[in-house]
Amino acid sequence: MPFSFDSYLSVHQPALHLRAKRAQVLASNLANVDTPNYKARDIDFQAALKAVRGGQTAGMLRGTHANHIQPQSFISGYELQYRNPYQPSLDGNTVEHQVEMAAYSDNAMRYLANLRFLSGKFNTLRTAIKGQ
Amino acid sequence: MSLFNVFDVSGSALQAQSVRLNTTSSNLANANSISSSSGETYRARHPVFAPLMKDFGEQDPDVGVRVLGVVESQKPLRREHNPEHPMADEEGFIFLPNVNVVEEMANMISASRAYQTNVEVMNSAKQMLMRTLAIGQ
Repeated sequence: MPFSFDSYLSVHQPALHLRAKRAQVLASNLANVDTPNYKARDIDFQAALKAVRGGQTAGMLRGTHANHIQPQSFISGYELQYRNPYQPSLDGNTVEHQVEMAAYSDNAMRYLANLRFLSGKFNTLRTAIKGQ
Repeated sequence: MSLFNVFDVSGSALQAQSVRLNTTSSNLANANSISSSSGETYRARHPVFAPLMKDFGEQDPDVGVRVLGVVESQKPLRREHNPEHPMADEEGFIFLPNVNVVEEMANMISASRAYQTNVEVMNSAKQMLMRTLAIGQ
């Protein structure tokens, strides 16, 4: 039976990748907390993960010709969306410090949890190889 | 490894917020710099922030901050009649900077909060990276 790392690591590998991307997006929001007209963005994690796992990207355009080009967002496998602010500020900025900070910490914790699962998988492999 | 970009993004924010803190301290230091003509008087300075995109794609996940420039406030200067003052002009007026001290204090608190937040973001990104490097050990 051929062994495939992709199927062995299952959802953990793409999830880790998406978590890292989301950390980037949220860090950008927090960096631009005082930039006029900056709009806060985020990734719909569940939809993105489902899309990556299914091999199909959410909202992908149907190509009827070989030269049709997919928008950049759908190639990378996730879609950046704009956040609906509770209290938009006068300068057009929609970053809410507390919301972004909560999302960032949540994302970081889940990233670390994800890593724990992944290293568990590798430890299992190692045990199997050593046979001890 | 996309997490490394978090350091670029947060680093640019630290830079921008420290410029803001610097202008605030200049403004507060010069809040009472009196002069005898409106041309020589200190005017409050404020940085202008703009998003820093690596490429101009809407879907670029990391967007840093840059300081477009520092602009002088266009608010009118305060003009006081004080003939005894050594800096008074022929008509007995002195000019005071248009620095609003309360506004500057609020700016200072906001800048230092934003700075702290970005440091924390960097710290947790660092923790995430270190754990990733230690995977399988």
